[in-house]
Amino acid sequence: MTQPQVGRAVPRADARRLVAGAGCYVDDISTPGALHVAFVRSTHAHAAILSIDTAAAALMPGVVRVVCATDLEGICKPMQVAMPALQMPTASAHFPLAVDEVCWHGAPVAAIVAHSRAQAEDAAEHVLVEYDELPAVVDAEQAVRPDSPRAVRGRNSNLALDRTFGIDNGAASFAAAATVVEQRIVFDRQTGVPLESRGIIASFSPFSRELAVHMSHQSPFQMREVFSDLLSLPNHKVRVSCPDVGGAFGLKLHAYPEEITVAAIAVLLGRTIRFQADRLESFLSDTHAREAVGVARLALDSAGRFLAIDVEVLSGLGAYQAYPRGSIGEGLHMAQMVGAPYQFDHFRARMRAVHQNKSPTGAYRGVGQPLACTLTETLVDRAARTIGEDPAELRRRNYLSIERSSRTTPAGLEMSAMSLHACLDTLLAMMHYEDLRREQQRLREQRIYRGIGMASFIELTGVGSAVYGANQVAVPAQEGCSIRLEPSGTVLCHSSATDQGQGVRTGVAQIVAQTLGIDAADVTVRAGDTASSPVGGGAWASRGIAIGGQAALLAAEELRGKILELGARILKAPAEQIDIADGALRCAATARTLSFAELANIAYFRQHQLPPGSCPELSATRHYVSQGFPYLTANGMVGCLVETDIETGMIEILRLCVVHDCGRVINPLLVDEQIRGGVVQGIGGVLYEHCEYSESGQLSNGTLADYLVPMAGELPDIEVAHVASAAAQTSLGAKGVGEAGTIGGGAALWNAVNDALAALGAAMEQQPFSPDRVLRALAEGARARNPAAATAAVHIDPVDA
Amino acid sequence: MSASPKSMDVAFVVNGTAVSEAVAPRTTLVDFLRQRLGLTGSHVGCEHGVCGACHVRVDGRVLRGCLFLAVQADGAEVQTIEGLSASGEIADLQEVFVRRNAMQCGFCTPGMLMIAAEVLARSEVPSRAAIRDALSGNYCRCTGYQSIVDAIEEVARARHGAAA
Repeated sequence: MTQPQVGRAVPRADARRLVAGAGCYVDDISTPGALHVAFVRSTHAHAAILSIDTAAAALMPGVVRVVCATDLEGICKPMQVAMPALQMPTASAHFPLAVDEVCWHGAPVAAIVAHSRAQAEDAAEHVLVEYDELPAVVDAEQAVRPDSPRAVRGRNSNLALDRTFGIDNGAASFAAAATVVEQRIVFDRQTGVPLESRGIIASFSPFSRELAVHMSHQSPFQMREVFSDLLSLPNHKVRVSCPDVGGAFGLKLHAYPEEITVAAIAVLLGRTIRFQADRLESFLSDTHAREAVGVARLALDSAGRFLAIDVEVLSGLGAYQAYPRGSIGEGLHMAQMVGAPYQFDHFRARMRAVHQNKSPTGAYRGVGQPLACTLTETLVDRAARTIGEDPAELRRRNYLSIERSSRTTPAGLEMSAMSLHACLDTLLAMMHYEDLRREQQRLREQRIYRGIGMASFIELTGVGSAVYGANQVAVPAQEGCSIRLEPSGTVLCHSSATDQGQGVRTGVAQIVAQTLGIDAADVTVRAGDTASSPVGGGAWASRGIAIGGQAALLAAEELRGKILELGARILKAPAEQIDIADGALRCAATARTLSFAELANIAYFRQHQLPPGSCPELSATRHYVSQGFPYLTANGMVGCLVETDIETGMIEILRLCVVHDCGRVINPLLVDEQIRGGVVQGIGGVLYEHCEYSESGQLSNGTLADYLVPMAGELPDIEVAHVASAAAQTSLGAKGVGEAGTIGGGAALWNAVNDALAALGAAMEQQPFSPDRVLRALAEGARARNPAAATAAVHIDPVDA
Repeated sequence: MSASPKSMDVAFVVNGTAVSEAVAPRTTLVDFLRQRLGLTGSHVGCEHGVCGACHVRVDGRVLRGCLFLAVQADGAEVQTIEGLSASGEIADLQEVFVRRNAMQCGFCTPGMLMIAAEVLARSEVPSRAAIRDALSGNYCRCTGYQSIVDAIEEVARARHGAAA
């Protein structure tokens, strides 16, 4: 009997290639005769371009063409982000190569096309760009002021969007509240840093006028629309395929000026053109993320119940919005999702997003939800400290009662059933919470500062079309699966869900295998090619298994029905009497069996044995999209134990525990990997990662040596547990998991550090928590407690040791 | 720069096969392996010696193929992930990496395996902290490293006949 396929830790079929060094990423694809591109980039954050002299570069060895914006006029349209449903005051439109103005350090100005990348880079140094420097606005809080210099000339304002959620901030509740607490958090800019940089190979045939693109991307169908639209090619003449992708994390969801330029050059020259970003230009040109300031106020009654939440968010977008999805998702999510796990009656949030002279921001794992979670959970911890309540108990008292029902919150979030209480209980037991608190007190007497933090989080997964569709952004929201029985009796699937290492293909194989009574190893899943995949979104908003898996389930069920129907005819027995298992049909009444291979052999090669007019169809294509609900809400809890060295400002994570509910778990091995990897990205943001800009807008740490990312030595083992409440909206019952760890992991770490520092009257309010910032916070805490010793910043006395 | 030769002749052994080519002096070893020999298992992650995706073995020592010029390898014996795979030297490690899913996107994996093979050549079972320390020059953005540490630890124990 075939063992159950769903719920099992099936290893990934792809992994065998990857461990042998036989992966195939864009840069591994051989294209004899292709030309390589290197970009000339802006050296200023903001400047007018007076002239571009390409004469010397054009004469350099191997150079075929030097391309400036004017060369692409008539081939390529500007990248415009308008989002009509949001009525943004400032439309963001820019041409892939700078026309007469550069608005961020690193913006592409010209492209050198040469026989090798090295030759292109050599020539790039000989392009002379004459700039007239303009005032740069770098800081978001400065950019939002009416008198600020404009990040882009000709705009009326730097404000991209000013939006309010909720109508009633409960002013009466705040006035009547027993307690009001306020929390401010600042997130510095981060970037995704996938280890494989962005890359593209674009070929254009001037004869068939077809564009074929290989690129490192999450959403091939989105990119087909982008190339089709910007290059004015019919979309059936554009093929986009994504080979192995070396990490993506949202960063590879956008259409970048460089990739558009490369495709446009392919059209211009009728050649194969390739570009692979080096690490230095990745830091300059990849979308950044997270830059925001958030302030939230919470009103509580005398029983410690939440009454009302009021939120202000300021989000930094960079000079332009990322194409085509825009850059405002981070701020919108951050504002709207504050307080998401909790019950309260009044909510108001205002989100302002501003342009500045920095690299455009875009999607990065969690998109705004990590910020909302951090603002919420630090606010709740502040409330707990203020009223002298245990933070776990304060959460428990205020959770939404949503175990068996759905509801719309005052913030307009449509929450489906979740397991908030169960996750909290599981986490406390897992951490031995009471023991940890006692140990914390005991160690404090030895001047060892440990902190315990927790965070409840909610992730909106499998998002439907309401977000982008309503704004006329052509991003597929459905996922699809085409499935067929092969003559060998195995199954081939084409899924629209793309895989950047998450193991989505393996999960799809398990779902199909379970439905068809075969082993997952007998299901081949292909994805990532617009020429063969069904139309779908790819990878965004944690949809691969939740939505793509549901499409696969529906397709497999349809194929199962067709197999049964044909099998019944061949076995001459009613379908109801036939079982499917171990890759064969069995009729209990007649004791006859028919293997899938035999059935397929008849279906494909010996149809004469069947009655006329019964040509078998052993294939099915099904799609699925979130409809009637905007998304599936997954939830969980992260707990964290840290020790803070008050002499050095170093923070050590001693324990990290996650309890997660993504509904039905298809593959526990891969789900746990998603959670762990996600948590570590959350940790990276809190402790290390920061795109540092000078006052004049120069990115000053654009190397992997200077931009710190979590490495193996700094990290703890991460304990993971599950509560599985199947999603009621789909027959599969799975919710997304890809962004969960990042959303809750950082917030729990914030709370743990601030729990440790609270004993010293100090608190962090800006990430990353670099040692110097921790020491500064400790010094401020010391000053606040003892103004007389204001100068003795290094000597820190505990509050209550 | 104009005084430097356009190309230099180099001869070395790559995965057991003698190679003799003319290369531009500035060509890094990893670019040479990837672009001239088609050995694309060694990856280019940062090109400034931080990430470890380009780890290759030169005369028995693991080093960064992006900081080492092809001409420096003249006369040396070079092994890449392809060579280690073909020889079966790390078959047990690869097997456990697959079973434990000690990778996601796989881009860092060849470099991780090169350094893991070096760790596993030690005379004793390394502690988890020692494994993490050994991996501190290899960047993985996907996994959070834990499954990689688990896999190396399991193989170390198996090789030393210790209980898992």
